[in-house]
Amino acid sequence: MNSGQLPRWADYGLIPFLNLAAAFLVSGLVVVLIGENPLEAVKILVWGSLGYGEGIGFTLFYATNFIFTGLAVAVAFHAGLFNIGGEGQAYIGGLGVAFACLALDQYVPWYVTLPFAILGSAMMGAAWALIPGWLQATRGSHVVITTIMFNFIASSLMVYLLNNILKKPGSMQSETRTFEEGGRLPFLNDIFPSFGFGYAPVNLSLFVALGACVLVWLLIWRTKLGFEIRSFGANATAAVYAGISPVKTIVVTMLISGGLAGMMAINEIMGSQHRLLIDFVTGYGFVGIAVALMGRAHPVGIVLAAVLFGMLYQGGAELSFEMPSITRDMIIVIQGLVILFAGALEHMFRPTIVRLFTPSRALKAKEA
Amino acid sequence: MFEVLILTLDSTVRLSTPLLLACLAGLYSERSGVVDIGLEGKMLGAAFGAGAVAYITANAWLGLMAGIAVSVALGLLHGFASITNRGNQIVSGVAINFLAAGLTALLGQTWFQQGGRTPSLPDGGRFKDVVWPFAEQIREVPFIGPLYGELISGHNLLVYSAFLAVPLTWWVLFRSRFGLRLRAVGESPAAVDTAGISVTWLRYRAVIACGILCGFAGAYLSIAQGSGFGVNMTAGKGFIALAALIFAKWRPASAMFACLLFGFLDAVSIRMQGQEIPGIGEIPVQFFQALPYILTVILLAGFIGKAIPPKAAGIPYLKERS
Repeated sequence: MNSGQLPRWADYGLIPFLNLAAAFLVSGLVVVLIGENPLEAVKILVWGSLGYGEGIGFTLFYATNFIFTGLAVAVAFHAGLFNIGGEGQAYIGGLGVAFACLALDQYVPWYVTLPFAILGSAMMGAAWALIPGWLQATRGSHVVITTIMFNFIASSLMVYLLNNILKKPGSMQSETRTFEEGGRLPFLNDIFPSFGFGYAPVNLSLFVALGACVLVWLLIWRTKLGFEIRSFGANATAAVYAGISPVKTIVVTMLISGGLAGMMAINEIMGSQHRLLIDFVTGYGFVGIAVALMGRAHPVGIVLAAVLFGMLYQGGAELSFEMPSITRDMIIVIQGLVILFAGALEHMFRPTIVRLFTPSRALKAKEA
Repeated sequence: MFEVLILTLDSTVRLSTPLLLACLAGLYSERSGVVDIGLEGKMLGAAFGAGAVAYITANAWLGLMAGIAVSVALGLLHGFASITNRGNQIVSGVAINFLAAGLTALLGQTWFQQGGRTPSLPDGGRFKDVVWPFAEQIREVPFIGPLYGELISGHNLLVYSAFLAVPLTWWVLFRSRFGLRLRAVGESPAAVDTAGISVTWLRYRAVIACGILCGFAGAYLSIAQGSGFGVNMTAGKGFIALAALIFAKWRPASAMFACLLFGFLDAVSIRMQGQEIPGIGEIPVQFFQALPYILTVILLAGFIGKAIPPKAAGIPYLKERS
């Protein structure tokens, strides 16, 4: 049951489609269970996320987060590593963005702050992935477990920092002061008013995310390091025999992965909230797993999957507004089902599909 | 001082119980080679099932049964994905955590209209604290009185069953035929298969055992310790249990001590809130909250002994290469 038994379009198109269809079918059953009309719900969801400018704006805003966290998981996948710590890395990445913005926002315009924010977020995210990566590489501690632990440590650390050190003096809220102009990325609505994004917080970091996609593609498929990462992921033993250093590959991959997760904070903190606050990550890191799985760890797939999840987020918000009995928790259910069917059960339909394809291909082989 | 100690230990026992049940649950699953990061989700699902049924029937036992049923169902889903379909066990666990978090809140709101919570339990819907014989009479006796009256007596049935499950688990794993096979299938499934024993059926039984214990853990939260289900009431306890399992190096007695340690840290952090320690000052609560995870990472790094997981953990078993 290896890949290669199926034509590429079936492997990369048909099977993901079937998995996704199964996930949505079960989601529809949940909607029926609650006592609402699933077709009506789909209509509201699609209209709410794509039907008008502001909806599209929100969809793209959420998609930006998912591109970053999806890329983070995908890069680690290529090296055979499972970075489940995007949540914590993005959270700590927020510190990097906040430091850059708090230091510079009163003196320089945003385009001077942005490179520092990108650097800061990537470095902080990478730093948070360094210890799990290093422990995996040198001591064999399983990276899945250590990154889960680091998610919780990050959460405690951020609550402590925001309550005791970074808090705006005299405020009851656990958050920093609001950034001035120099610490705010322009909204796309101000740059392209004709799209009518309205109050949607989609901002320039969308282009940072797309740039990151191109860079990740170049890195993985066009550089020596990328070759080493893929070789190591495909067969670690063979890679080591070929002279690829396992310690270096694991640590560097985790640094890149953590850095990408950390950059998610640019969109949330510098692009939308304009201040560092508690719990701004709220699950985006975990959803990155689903995005990477659905996107088959390829940047193009990740962008598509990120837009789909962005639609779910925005459409789901609209849905909970139009059909109050379907709360926002429905989005979490759908995400769970997508992760289940596209990830854990990805092989469920494969044997049937392979059987469907085999006779026709065997016949062709005979004729030839 | 002695009284403070007894009270802290008393709340340690209460806080350790759900961790211990979930930790033993994970022990069965992981010893058989099925990694389970869905402990959190199963506990949450069980807490909801138990809370909902105990409210409707006003019967704690039916609540417990419902909790176990939900948890076992989620466990079977994990088994279907990771044993039958040989899917990625981590991904399946993540999916179960998502599903449980979403479905409990969604169905809770649909059925009870209280923002996802279940209503406060009626009389009989909750496991009451059991007062042991003579606990009141000897309370005044120094040392033994509070030790017996506070620490040993006065917990609910699920607390006692959690601590009884420790020797039971030890016996099952290390003294029964089933346990020997279970441990073997986690180390070398091919050898078990060669001996003519079904790897699939063994692992399914392990996953079911895991579901039952997680059901107890969830029910404890909603119908023994608390009175009703609250949204996301597990709040990471499933992951602390996972950490405790690693800390205990996948052994039942050590699991109990690891859970007691993590429960003790929790109890101390509650007690220390806003209190100054002479010479050190106030230790932030967050430090205690993070400590179980920090300790586990240090352990995993191999600085306090070495934690070696079952050899076949996380690897789906393929009977024959095709």
